[in-house]
Amino acid sequence: MKELLELTVAEAAARIAATELSAAEYFSAWREAAAGDELNAYLSRVEHPLDHQDMEGPLGGIPVAVKDIFCTEGTPTTAGSRILEGYIPPYTAAAVRRLDEAGARVLGKTNMDEFAMGSSNENSGYGPVLNPWDRGRVPGGSSGGSAAAVAGGLAPCALGTDTGGSIRQPASLCGIVGLKPTYGAISRYGMIAFASSLDQCGPLTRDVTDAALLLAVMEGRDPCDSTSVGIEGGIVAPSREDLKGLRFGVPRQLDGDSFEAGVRKTFEATLARIEALGGEIAEIGLPSAEHGISAYYVIAPAEASSNLARYDGVRYGMRSGGDGDLLEMYETTRAEGFGTEVKRRIMLGTYALSSGYYDAYYGQAQKVRTRIAEDFSTAFETIDFVVTPTSPSVAFGLGEKTADPLEMYLNDFFTVPMSLAGIPAISIPAGLAEPEGGGKRLPVGFQIAAPAFAEQKLLEASYALEQAIGFDSRPEGVGD
Amino acid sequence: MTENGHQLEAVIGLEIHVQLATKTKMFCGCELSFGDEPNVHTCPVCLAHPGVLPVVNEQAILYALQIAAALECEVAPRSIFHRKNYFYPDSPKAYQISQYDIPIAGAGRLGDVRIHRAHLEEDAAKMIHVGESGRIHGSGASLVDFNRGGTPLVEIVTEPDLRGAAEAAEWARLLRETVRQLGVSDVNMEEGSLRVDANVSVRPAGSEELGTKTELKNMNSFRFLQRGVEAELQRQRELIAAGGTVEQETLHFDPAGGSLTSLRSKEEAHDYRYFPEPDLVPIAPTEAMLREARESLPELPAARIERYVGDGLSKDVAAVLATDPDTAAYFEQTAAASGVEAKTVANWVTGELAAALRQSEAETSAADSKVTPDSLAALIGMVAEKKISHGSGKTVLAAMVAEGGDPAAIVDREGLAQISSDDGELAAIVAAAIEANPAAAEQIRAGNGKAIGAIVGTVMRETKGRADGGEVNRLIREQLGL
Repeated sequence: MKELLELTVAEAAARIAATELSAAEYFSAWREAAAGDELNAYLSRVEHPLDHQDMEGPLGGIPVAVKDIFCTEGTPTTAGSRILEGYIPPYTAAAVRRLDEAGARVLGKTNMDEFAMGSSNENSGYGPVLNPWDRGRVPGGSSGGSAAAVAGGLAPCALGTDTGGSIRQPASLCGIVGLKPTYGAISRYGMIAFASSLDQCGPLTRDVTDAALLLAVMEGRDPCDSTSVGIEGGIVAPSREDLKGLRFGVPRQLDGDSFEAGVRKTFEATLARIEALGGEIAEIGLPSAEHGISAYYVIAPAEASSNLARYDGVRYGMRSGGDGDLLEMYETTRAEGFGTEVKRRIMLGTYALSSGYYDAYYGQAQKVRTRIAEDFSTAFETIDFVVTPTSPSVAFGLGEKTADPLEMYLNDFFTVPMSLAGIPAISIPAGLAEPEGGGKRLPVGFQIAAPAFAEQKLLEASYALEQAIGFDSRPEGVGD
Repeated sequence: MTENGHQLEAVIGLEIHVQLATKTKMFCGCELSFGDEPNVHTCPVCLAHPGVLPVVNEQAILYALQIAAALECEVAPRSIFHRKNYFYPDSPKAYQISQYDIPIAGAGRLGDVRIHRAHLEEDAAKMIHVGESGRIHGSGASLVDFNRGGTPLVEIVTEPDLRGAAEAAEWARLLRETVRQLGVSDVNMEEGSLRVDANVSVRPAGSEELGTKTELKNMNSFRFLQRGVEAELQRQRELIAAGGTVEQETLHFDPAGGSLTSLRSKEEAHDYRYFPEPDLVPIAPTEAMLREARESLPELPAARIERYVGDGLSKDVAAVLATDPDTAAYFEQTAAASGVEAKTVANWVTGELAAALRQSEAETSAADSKVTPDSLAALIGMVAEKKISHGSGKTVLAAMVAEGGDPAAIVDREGLAQISSDDGELAAIVAAAIEANPAAAEQIRAGNGKAIGAIVGTVMRETKGRADGGEVNRLIREQLGL
């Protein structure tokens, strides 16, 4: 049984396709593993074994852990919020449908920061997720349940969403691969909206090849999402072995103080590997990127304040109070249903859009966003990729940053600029490093960003680098 | 109506919501309907379930472009949608997708009124307040019917170019006919597929500045529009005459009592927190779409009025004939068949025929009446050629309205053919009439021309009106040797 769980998705799919492996047996093994969730990674799990009938497709019989932000017809979907407790969607998200059409099956719905707002998974309405490497630490967020499930041996692969780093940062903190595709590569239909102009779905996997496999199935134009375009030429499994002729840009603005010493050391070692593979390292300027966090924390809350207004207790989900008074029902439902961070961002966003403040906040933030996108465009005229650490630190302790929202927001420092620019970025595990203050060595992620819709090129380079790094560490008790 | 001796001029602008008669809703595939069982035309999108996204109805864009073409509006090369945020159960997303600073259609004109803009948006769901008043105040519960939610709307906003309540109602009728003839909406005010709000203010005549305006809502007929605006103009004039000032507010018109009640003041106005809708891409009409919109336009009332005026009709008569397309077609067919000048035919249609229809019990329009364009043309021709008198013409027309038929046959049957002067019959009747009125004949000879009336009257009585008045006059003078 253990051996089955060690297969990557690509390996398992190949064996199932060749009838060397029973899809039902494989799925059952994962159901059993998921049932042993001690990390609070899952909010719900599939109740039935696999139906033998439909094993067709490139992902025939592959179980996928799906972030609870994706609507799945007939099964509870909460987005990590109490306000959607008991909500059962009447339809399935486009990305999940694509996986389903490729033969994959939902293994369970994973825990997350409420409405994807958070970088530690401590903002879930259903309790925090624990990091499989150290259960006293956070898995990152907001796709913390998905990252912990894959890293903790509870799922072979998972779906997440990334608005400002919510796939890449937990992937980094859990030592797995997390890919945020270009905005518009995968349909957002059925993905519960946090910040519509930034939200993008993507895979969390054990390796780059699996990420490519899931992306290949999910990408594409969807008539239900006017902003979706798909990736021209599609995606194939990466095979590149060197980085010759490729230029990797390191933002000049990265200084030693902005991230942990252990992260820095791993980052520099990875740059050396790139050079060893024939790649070239160049210093680049991204002058506006340092304002990314400020712009992000205006734009995302502004859109969220509007997106989350529909949770009013009228049509579905939780309803509380009122006793015949509409306004009081709205207020009580939302006061009880939303958590602190969600309320904070709704207030921020409402303020930023208010008459008389719009230009100073939302308008200004959009200008910064445009500049950041221009910075990247300029950089990509001379380089192929931008590289940074994914997160300024390794996984931090539960409760360590909850008292200071600004400290928490800085976790997104390296990931937010790519989200604002709408470009694809991946986090791959680059090694282990001691946390500041010492302790058990924990995973460090390496972020690579590429021009819009250059996912194939991004995956090829990531694959070559992944092979060279040879990261094969697993959390204690996983995979032995 | 004076303020320090100045006349207070009315300044009125209209905001018109037109529900588009597309097959499906603005942003989802639900069927449009009116009068169906509540909440049967809904889906996750128009119920605003978590995770859904809007997709723009292409037909709605084409209809909006047709309206834009009919109103001679400039079309934006790339217009965008905004979110208008507000909490209310009729808005399941808690925002309406509308257009804000870049609408699909900009400046235009219809008749004498300039169009400020026209934009696309979605309708709210229908709230039903349970209770006697039907309004939210005092109702025990409210129900929501989402069938209407998401119906495509075009909102047309005029410049404040209207100067009176009647003028506003008349222009609104012209707009309704224009939109109706495009075939893009049912434009039924009672069912709410056409809704008119009015922005009303007054100012000293000759002033260029605009006074403080109030917005009038819920006038669901043209009559109520006129009455509501009249009532508000009077209120504002009296207020100013009494030394008061108009406060900016939204008023609800009560058709039953004709009264206006305040819905909300300026202080209570919503902050809608508009921002660009991130779920939709800009509308960028192609050259082909614009051409299709222009080429699909029928001749519209305003253009037809202009054409009729060019044919010699007065503006008022032209407006009566041109506004309704059926009446216009009736008029044009009659004119073509008659060979008589358009002005004469127009006078018959709007004068004699309209009067005859009013007097009959049929209560139909000209186009729906038993009088066909060909038969009316024949009748007008007979009068013009003096085959029958004008008076007989009216008698024949009354018969045609009642029973239809060919005017020549009615003339024969009723013996209304004009008595010819060629065979001497009329001359004999005239001679007899002179003989019967010796005093009058003497006066005429003495130079009193007015005395001829008595002799003409005798001839007309004798001929039952079948004689041509001019010819009778000529014969009397001839026989008297004048």
